Amino acid sequence: MALDRWIALAFIALCCVFGYAAFFTMDDQLPPILRRNPVWPSTFPKILSVVGVIVGLIVLFTPKPELKDKAPKDGAIDLKRLGDYQIGQALGLLALMVAYALTLRPLGFLGSTIGFLVLGAVILGERRFHVLIPVAVIAAGSIWYLVQEVLGIFLRPWPGILM
Amino acid sequence: MIEGILIGLSAAVTPFNLMMVVLGCLVGTLIGMLPGLGPMSIIAIMIPVAIGIGDPTAALILLSGVYYGAIFGGSTSSILLNAPGVAGTVASSFDGYPMARKGQAGKALTIAAVASFAGGTIGAILLMIFAPALSTVALLFHSAEYFALMVVGLSAIAAFAGTGQVAKALMMTILGLLLGTVGEGALTNMPRFTFGMMDLQSGFSFITLAMAMFALPEALFLVMNPAGAVTGSSGKISGMRFSRAEARSMAPVIGRQSVQGFFIGVLPGAGATIASFLGYAVERNIAKGAEQEEFGKGSVKGLAAPETANNAACTGSFVPLLTLGIPGSGTTAILLGALLALNVTPGPRLMTDTPEVFWAVIISMYLGNLVLLFLNLPLIPYIAKILTIPRTYLIPFILFFTLMGSYLGKNNSTELLVLVGFGVIATFLRFADYPLAPLLIGFILGTMMENNFARAMQLYSGVDFILERPMTLGLLVVAALLVVLPSFRSYRARK
Repeated sequence: MALDRWIALAFIALCCVFGYAAFFTMDDQLPPILRRNPVWPSTFPKILSVVGVIVGLIVLFTPKPELKDKAPKDGAIDLKRLGDYQIGQALGLLALMVAYALTLRPLGFLGSTIGFLVLGAVILGERRFHVLIPVAVIAAGSIWYLVQEVLGIFLRPWPGILM
Repeated sequence: MIEGILIGLSAAVTPFNLMMVVLGCLVGTLIGMLPGLGPMSIIAIMIPVAIGIGDPTAALILLSGVYYGAIFGGSTSSILLNAPGVAGTVASSFDGYPMARKGQAGKALTIAAVASFAGGTIGAILLMIFAPALSTVALLFHSAEYFALMVVGLSAIAAFAGTGQVAKALMMTILGLLLGTVGEGALTNMPRFTFGMMDLQSGFSFITLAMAMFALPEALFLVMNPAGAVTGSSGKISGMRFSRAEARSMAPVIGRQSVQGFFIGVLPGAGATIASFLGYAVERNIAKGAEQEEFGKGSVKGLAAPETANNAACTGSFVPLLTLGIPGSGTTAILLGALLALNVTPGPRLMTDTPEVFWAVIISMYLGNLVLLFLNLPLIPYIAKILTIPRTYLIPFILFFTLMGSYLGKNNSTELLVLVGFGVIATFLRFADYPLAPLLIGFILGTMMENNFARAMQLYSGVDFILERPMTLGLLVVAALLVVLPSFRSYRARK
C-alpha cells in the first residue's frame, strides 16, 4: 500500500479517536445549564469526525489519478531511492532539535544555542571551527540581547544553577 | 475632503514626523523578519516608545510605519525561507518561496514590495472616500454572516488542490479543523481533547503549526536532498526587476485585490488572513490554462494577489477603528490602546473633534507605504543574499529561527517538542504529496468559524439563520461555487 493510503488510514483512526471522545466522553463533564444550548462543545468535533472518516475513506479507496507531468518536482524526494539521500543528517538535526528543547532551560539560552548552531553545522559537514564558533557566539549573543534587552521578552542566558 | 488632506499633510509632513515614518518602517521590517514576532507583538513593544513621544500625531505615524514594516518583514521570511511568521503572510509563501527556489528571490521581494505598496496606497484612498459609509455596512455583519465568511475562506482550499487532490486537500482541512478544536473552547471554556495535559489547555499555537508545516519540512528536504537547494549559490540569484509583460499581468490582480482586500479588512474579525487566502483563491480561479497551472510553482500573480490583499486589508481594518472605535483585529486593538493612552478617543466624533489626528493617520499610511517602498527596494539585493550563505550555516540558522519563533510565542519549551513532532508528521505528509496549506487554513479559520456558528445557532435556536439572512445564504452559495467550479472545470477538461 502506498504511503498516502497509510496516512489516510491513520487519519481515519485519528477521527475515530476524536469521534469516540466527542460522542461518548466529552458531554459527561458538561454543566446542566450548558445542556440547554443548541451547540455543545462536542457538536463541532462530532461533525468533523464523521466528515473526516468519510473523506478519509474516499482518499483510501479512490484510485490514484494518472499524472500527465511525470517529471519529478524541483527538490522532490523519490521514496524508492531513499538510501541515496542524506537521511542520517536529517535525523541528526531532528535529534539535535529535541536536545535543544530539553536543554534550553537547564543550560540557559546562550549555552544551548551556541551548542545547537555549532553541532548543527558539524552534522552538515562544517569543520572550520575557527569561523563556526565565533559566528555561533556572536549570533546567540546578539539574538539574546535583541530579544531580552531590546524587546523585553525574558530569556534566561545562563544555566539555572548559576542564576 | 481636500481640506482634510491639507490638514493631514500639514500635521504629518514635518522633519520629525518623516523621521518617525522611516524609523517605524525600518524597525518593523527588521523585527518583522524574525518568525514569531508579528505586527501585533512589534506594535505592542513599540507602544512605550510611542507614548514617550507624547504627540499623538507623531506617535501614530511611528506605529503605522511599524505596522506596514512588520507586514513586509513577515513576507520576507515567507518568501526566502518558507517560514511565515504571521497568518497573513502564509499565502505569500505559496508562490514566493518557489520563486526563491528558482533563483528569483530578488524579483519575488520586489513584487512583494510593489504589491504591498499598491495595496496599501489604494486601500488608503478607499479609506478616505468610504470610511464613514463603510462603518455602517460593517455593523450589518452578524455572527451568521461571519460564519458564512469563514466558510468562504475555507473554500479557498480548492485552489490548493492539484489534479485529483481535492479529497486530499479536504482531508488536510479537516485535520486542521480538528487540531483547532484542541484546548479550551471560547464559548464554554471547557477543555477538549487535552487528555489531562496542562500544556494543551490553551490549544496548539498557530506559529508552531505554521513553522512545522512549512519551514521545518522545507529545511529537512534541503538537508536530505542538497541538489534541490538554492542555498550557497550566489550565481543563482538573478536580478530584482520584473518584466513589462509580468507588470501588465499583475496590474489587474493588484487592482482587484486592493479593492477586495480592503472591503474584507473593513469587517471586524476578518482581517488580512482571510483577505490573503481569498485573494489567492479568487485569482487562481480567474486565471486560465497555463497561468492557472503556474500557481503554486512561482506565479507572479500568485504572489502579487495575497501581498496586495493583506496590505489593503490592514488599511481597511482602520475603518471600524477610526470611525466606530471598534478594533477589527488584534493589531488594531493594540493601536486602540495606544490611542487611548495618548488621550485620543477613536469613534464617530474623531473626524470632527480632532481632524488633524484622523487625517494625519491617513496621510501617514501613504507616507508609510512610500517610505517602505523606497527604503526596501535598495535593501532587497542584500536581503536576498541570505540565500547565498553556505548551507552548513544557513540550515542550522533556519532551524534555530523556527525553534525561536515557536518558543517566543508561549515561552514554553514543550512547544519545541510539539514543533518537532508536527514537523516530522508534515514531512511524511509532503512525501505522500498531501497539500499542507489547507491544514493551516483549517486551523486558523476553524476556531473563528465554530464560535460564530455557535453564536448564530444560539441566536436563532437552530440553523434557520441560513435561510433567514440573505447575506449568509449568498456567501454560502459563493463558497459552494468556489469549491464546485474548479472541480467541474477540471472534469470538463479531462473529458
